[in-house]
This record gives sequence, C-alpha cells and structure tokens, in this order.
Amino acid sequence: MSAARRMERQQRRTAWIFLLPLLLTLVAVAIWPLARSIFFSFTDAYLDAPTDYGFVGLENFVEVAEDPVFWGAVRNTLVFTLVSVGLETLLGLAIALLLHRAFLGRGIVRAAILIPWAMPMVVSARIWEWMLNDQFGLINKLLVALGLVGKGIAWTADPSLILGTVIFIDVWVTTPFMVLLILAGLQLIPEEIYEAADVSGVPHWKRFWSITLPLATPAIGVAILFRTLDALRMFDLSYVLAANNENTMTMSIYARDQLISFQDLGLGAAASTWVFMIIGLIAIVIVGLLRLDRATG
Amino acid sequence: MASVSLKNVSKTFGTYEVIRSIDLEIEDGEFVVFVGPSGCGKSTLLRLIAGLVPVSGGDVFIGGDQVTDVPASKRGLAFVFQSYALYPHMNVARNISFALETARLGKDEIRRRVARVADMLKIGHLLERRPRQLSGGQRQRVAIGRALVGQPEVFLFDEPLSNLDADLRMEMRFEIAKLHADVKTTMIYVTHDQTEAMTLADRIVILNHGQIEQVGRPRELYDRPENRFVAGFLGSPRMNFAALEATGPAVPVLRGPGGFAYAAEYVAAEGRPAEIGLRPEALKLVGADTKGAIRGTFERMEDLGYEYVCYVRLTDTLVWTVRSTGSPPQIAPGDPAGLSWQPENLYLFGEDGRRIDHRASVPLALGASS
Amino acid sequence: MTVSVATTRRYSNATYRTLRRVKTAGLYAGVAAVLVYMLFPYYWAIVSSTKTGQALYQFTLLPALDFSNYRQLFDNPVFMGALVNSGVVALVSTAISLVIGILAAYALGRLHFPPGRIVLIAVLMISVFPQVVVLSGMFEVIGWLGLYNRPSALIVSYLILTLPFTTWILTSFIRDLPNELEEAALIDGCSRLRILTHVLLPLMGPAIASTGLLSFILAWNEFLFALTFILTDENRTVPVAIGLLTGSSRYEYPFGQIMAASVTVTLPLLVLVLIFQRKIVAGLTSGAVKG
Repeated sequence: MSAARRMERQQRRTAWIFLLPLLLTLVAVAIWPLARSIFFSFTDAYLDAPTDYGFVGLENFVEVAEDPVFWGAVRNTLVFTLVSVGLETLLGLAIALLLHRAFLGRGIVRAAILIPWAMPMVVSARIWEWMLNDQFGLINKLLVALGLVGKGIAWTADPSLILGTVIFIDVWVTTPFMVLLILAGLQLIPEEIYEAADVSGVPHWKRFWSITLPLATPAIGVAILFRTLDALRMFDLSYVLAANNENTMTMSIYARDQLISFQDLGLGAAASTWVFMIIGLIAIVIVGLLRLDRATG
Repeated sequence: MASVSLKNVSKTFGTYEVIRSIDLEIEDGEFVVFVGPSGCGKSTLLRLIAGLVPVSGGDVFIGGDQVTDVPASKRGLAFVFQSYALYPHMNVARNISFALETARLGKDEIRRRVARVADMLKIGHLLERRPRQLSGGQRQRVAIGRALVGQPEVFLFDEPLSNLDADLRMEMRFEIAKLHADVKTTMIYVTHDQTEAMTLADRIVILNHGQIEQVGRPRELYDRPENRFVAGFLGSPRMNFAALEATGPAVPVLRGPGGFAYAAEYVAAEGRPAEIGLRPEALKLVGADTKGAIRGTFERMEDLGYEYVCYVRLTDTLVWTVRSTGSPPQIAPGDPAGLSWQPENLYLFGEDGRRIDHRASVPLALGASS
Repeated sequence: MTVSVATTRRYSNATYRTLRRVKTAGLYAGVAAVLVYMLFPYYWAIVSSTKTGQALYQFTLLPALDFSNYRQLFDNPVFMGALVNSGVVALVSTAISLVIGILAAYALGRLHFPPGRIVLIAVLMISVFPQVVVLSGMFEVIGWLGLYNRPSALIVSYLILTLPFTTWILTSFIRDLPNELEEAALIDGCSRLRILTHVLLPLMGPAIASTGLLSFILAWNEFLFALTFILTDENRTVPVAIGLLTGSSRYEYPFGQIMAASVTVTLPLLVLVLIFQRKIVAGLTSGAVKG
C-alpha cells in the first residue's frame, strides 16, 4: 500500500510546485479582483477614495435594477448575442462545408479567412465605419450608383440601424472562428462514411441532415458556447463605433461607465456583479443544454 | 545481474483489479517471458517491476533488495518499449547517452560506452541520425542499445517486436536470444505471441485475468499444462476440446462426441473429468470405420506446403482440427472421416478446468463399448 | 431479366460530366465569394490608406500609392510610442504566460493530481468570464502595485486573458505526447523538471509557437483594460490610440490616416497568421474540440 501512496504523494507534491505560479497569479489577477469587485458592490465607495466607504447593503443592486438604461443595455446585449451568434453559426457552417471540400489552394484560403478574426476589433470597427460612412463610404456609393437608395444611409448614426450595423460587423469578425471550429469538427468525420453513403446513393441533402449535421453537432455546440459567452461580454466594438450611445450600449459598457465615467465604485461594482450573474446563468443553461444533448443523442 | 521476486503483488485501477496478488521468483540471469491474452495484466505487471506504476499491495525485490518504493531510475533496470519511445528530437547517439548524461558520467566514459554498444548492435553508422530517419528494425536496435548502455541488472521488454513485420521479427528474435546468451543478464519479456514465448524463454509465465495460470519451462507447459487455459493458450492451431457426457461416478467409461469412448484410470480424488483435450498433431485422419477412431465429417483442408490442417466436424457446434505433415489425403468435403488418437496424448480436465492425470490404457473399440 | 435500381434512373455519362463541371465551377465561385467577403474590407483599407484629399472620396479600386498618410503616421511620436507599448506589453505578458502555463500544463496533463480537474475548470471559467467584472478589483490591485497609467499595468492585467488560455491549450497538447517517452525518461533517471525541459519541451515547439502566437494576438488586440488603466497618450497601446483618433468634427475624420494606422497594426498579425496558419488552427481547435 505504501509504495503507491508514497509515489502518488511525491507526484502530488511535484504537481503543487509546478502549479504554484499559476495559482498565485490567478488569485492575484482574477480571484482576488473578482472578490473585491463583489465586496465593493455592497459599499458606497468612490473611485477617487476607495478606502473611504460605508456598507449600504443591497442598495447599489437595487439602484442598478431600477435604472432603465441598465435594462436597455441588457436588452441590447441579448439581442446582439442572439442574432450575431445565430448568423455566425449559419454562415460559419455554410462556409465550413464549402471549405471542407477539396479544391486548389484550400490551405491558403483557410488561412486567409482568418484575417478578419486576427485583426484588432477596433481596426475592424474603423474599417467598416469608413466603408459604411453615409457620404463617402463605399457601400453607400454603390447603393446610390445602383439606384437602390436616393442618398446615403447613416448606418453608424441612425439609432434604428446602429445595432444592426454592430451585429453585421461582429458577424464579419467572428465568422472565421466559427468556420475554423466547425471545420475541425467536420474533419473528425471519417471519409469512409461518405464513401459508403455515395455508393448506396444517399442524396446530398440527406447526407447533410443525417450524417454531417449530427456528427458535427458537438463541435458546433462547443463553438456556440464559446461565441455566446464572448458576445455577452462584448465591449470594444460598440464602444468604438458609438461610445455610450444607448442604442448599442452593452452590459459591459454600462458597468464600466458607472465605474470610470461616473467614478461610482459601489454602483459600478454592483452593475458588474449583475453582469456576472446574468452571464453565469446563461452559461449554466447552455452547458446544461449541451449535456442534455449529449445524454440523449 | 540480479534476481527478481514478487511477493503478493497486486494492482487496482480504481475498483478494477488488474493484478491479483502475484508471487513470482525470477532467478539471476534467467530469461522469463510473460504471456497471455490482451488485457491479462502482463504489461502492467512489467511496469510494476519497473516502478513506472506503483503497486497497490505487496512487495518487489530486485537482487534480494526490497525496491517497492524505489523510483524506476534507481532500480538498476532497463526498459524497451513497444513504441520504442525514442526521443524524436535527439539523434541516435544522444538517445543512447541521455541516461548517462543524466547520471553525470564523464564525457570519455560516455563515448566509450556508446561506441561499445553501437558496435555490439551494429548501429555505429546510424549514430548521427534522428529516429524518424531509421527503419523499424534500426529503431528497435537503438532502443535496445539505449537499454544496454546503462549496464542494467535486469532488462524489461514490453512487446518489443509487435511493430515489426514477420521477417524482421524473426531476425530480431534471434538477436535478442543471442543478446541474452552474450550478456547473461536477467530478462523479463512481455508478449502476446506464443512463438516468441516458446522460443525465447527459459521459463514462461502464463497470465490470465491478472493471475498466474502456470509457470514453467516452455516444453513443460506444452506437455503438461496444469489447466485448460494453459492447454488452450499454447499451440497453434489450439488444442481440440470436447465436453464429456455426464456419467455417474461408478461408470468408468468416458464418452464424448463422435463416438469417443475411453476407459480411464484416473485418481478419483482429483474429481471427475468433464472435458477432453487432444492436440491437432496428436490426431490422425483415418477412414471413418477405423476401430477406436472418433467419427466426423470432413469439411475443409488448408494446405501450407510443409504441413496441412484439416477441419472435421464432430457435431453441429464442434469442429476439430488435425495437423499433419506429408502429402495431404484425398478426401472431399462432406465425406465421413475418422480421427485416430493415442491415449498418452489425451488430456482430461475437471469441472474446474484443472488437468486430471490418468494412466494410459487402451481406447475402447467402438463396437465393444456400444 | 432484372435491372438494378441504380441503373434504372441513370443519365448518360456526358450528363454526369457536365453536372460535375457545373458543381466544380460552383465550388470555386463560392470560394471566391467567401474570399471577397472576408478580405475586401482589409484591401479597401489598404487602398484608402494610400489616398489623400479628394482622391480618398473617389471610387477607384486600385491603390493611389501616395504614402503621405504613412509618413505622417510614422512621424507621429504618439502613434509610434503606442506601437512600441503594444509590442512590449504583448510580448512580455505572452512570455510570462507561456512559462507559467508550461509548468502548470505539465502538472495538469501528466502528473497524478486529483485536484487538477478543479484547477482546469477554474481556468476555463476565468477565460470566459467578462473582464468588466474584475475591473474595479483590478483597479485596486494596479493601484497597490503603483502601476496606474503605466504599460506594466497592462502586462499584469493581461495575464487574466493569456494565462488561462495558454494553460488550457498546452495541457491538451501535453496530454497528446506519448506516455512511453516519459516512462523512458524516468528509467533514464530524469527528474520531473528535467523530463519537462529536456524531453517534452523540445517536442512542444509547434505547440508553444501556436499558443504563444494566439496569446500575443489576444494581448495585442485588447481594448478594455488598455482604455481604463492608461490615462495619457504616450503610454497607450495601438488599439486605444486608433479607437480615440478623431477629427475636430464628424466630417473631418482623418479617414486616410486611420486606415494607414489600421493597416499598420494589422500587418504584423497578418504575417504571423499566414506563416503559422496550420499551427494556429491546431492550437485553436485542440483546446476547443477536445475540451
């Protein structure tokens, strides 16, 4: 008995030593700040004098919950997440199916489509802002030239269009990521299955529905989970395109506004704790759905 | 050189018992082969001896010293892995010398030892190459060289030939046997291939379900298997078995399929025989009406040139094989056939699978017994 | 005589040949459409960045090859400073993450360590939770360390992004290395650290390259912390510098310059992505598909 125990104990000690830097760093940059943020949400501290505070109970949470701007931000974030992740998944699946086929220069094409994903979100926002400019933008010039519209559309200024524009840009930026993950899932499907289907004359649409889709579902599910959690914390795109315009304000922008622009540490912390709870809840639901899917399928 | 001994060694993974309290003594300089079906625990047992996997219970001794808690590198042994496990980023020389470097041996000593091993295994011209530039057989030699260079007291081999093709396997088998004859170090060798086991071993350890079924010299295991498992495991094609008809303890005549009948003199204390076994080469294909022969229907013949194997159906669910050399008989599928046998080649097994000794007497003539 | 099901509904060979050609043409047309969608905006940014004055508002598809935007940009000390800041911050935080991540990945991927599962789950959770949640606490940590408004504040805070990422991906890479190699090294008398540095690390070159690259991209592109913890222009990173570039009014947006800046910051990433594309794909998917 002792041999196994001693060897395991020794391995465990080595493991702790190797893990120590990771654990210390994560506590310092993630767990401690998280705990402090939650702590501050029960206080009336201000950013310029964070040591000078009193406890106010749940007052900050109530104040955030009563602020219609906050709920507007929640709504924007949810609409943004739902629509853009939905579109990305469909578009990503379509492009992945296309790029999964054999054609000349496939490797280069797969690398090239990573470009939108690799560039900073700020840059993407700026490029599209320029292309969508109401007077000089390429898109509007094209639309006017084709006679589709009389004069340029203010894509990034019109309150009714701006959220759509944000979604459009996000789809462009993150579809490559979806394509990549779904492609990886498709590559796990053995070629023999398709050859068998070919020989027995299974039509293409049926091949997609009863072979490709079910076998790629785990990969797609994981991709959707990652993208959803990423979309829910979106900050930079909306911020660069429209700063704190209420039509595109996300939960992250709202929380940062309270904290930095209004210097209200307590309120900002409460807002970010709300964000944390909302995203946590959504994550639990999605993970639960994926598990259920795996259990039944 | 050192002896290896296992006392009551067991290993469980979670709740699954891979090795169940094994006792084994391996003598200094002996070549012992662990053989058994896949999943029998032979590889795990080797790793327990190596110290790569900690034992869950029991003790391991090498050269008489208790090494149960000693780390693998301090046990004075070498391990040749199934995949060779050569370091892909180091050349052959460095692969061989890496352990010596780790042990901080002097540069000259390292060079001397590497050169000697390379010379011995005829891989001197490969020293600068990377593992991926080597053929399977060359990789195997390098792996053995790496094991050899540390001058270990015990060599452990984990299915070292299973990744080679048939020709090369035979060649390397021969070389490993020669290596043992040269260095005379204790060697423990794991394989699932009974040919390797029979040809290489001083003693064979047959494992099944984490337990030792039998230990002995190859010939001994083949001729006098202790139980049905060992009898069926060694030999190709495997031993023919048939269940005996249930008869009362008072009736001395054993009866089986195909009209098998035999008046056995066995020690009744060992239990009543439940099954018979006859090796394919102990049977002879004869006419169906031959006296004392087991009757069946000829089904198929495989002629290998140097020998032939016949399949003879005894009942709906039982087909026996006959192996013989010489020119194959002229017989067509569906023809009735007889199988003659000699009592000294007959094995009897009890209900629990243990072999029951019996004194050879004459098989009963079919006519007389019915 | 019976006719097989397959042959009853068979067209002539020529029909199938035509059909196949149409399909191939469709495939290439589809690929071309995808490429235009994904690449044209960046191309247009390059085109626009080489135009000044009235030319900028003309609809010509070819670059004008007027590099005055770039000259202005490179003469701008704030932008060049931001470029250096971005590079230093991304490099240093990536290097730290790789070292810590490799050590942790070995413990998590190879050693017998039951609590490792919990650590891995925590790492995964940290990598997906919203950064804004730790903003106020991080503010305090940065203050304590006396790093406010210094690029090193970003190195510290970026670890929350890069460290969980590198740990997660490297763990899955290490798990895929053959176990027998490690056993061979143990027999050869290596300590765990020596196994890691002499046996596993040399084999992990591609994994480290791709993980490091992705971590670099994460840090290079980060916006929220860079916007919050840096106050003055000379300490900013490029994404924030570009994000805050504005003209005196909506109609005087220096689009040409913004495009030049955009092209410039993206260029290093572009080169890296194109060189290491296979490794990036492997890195991104090994974490996600298996995890």
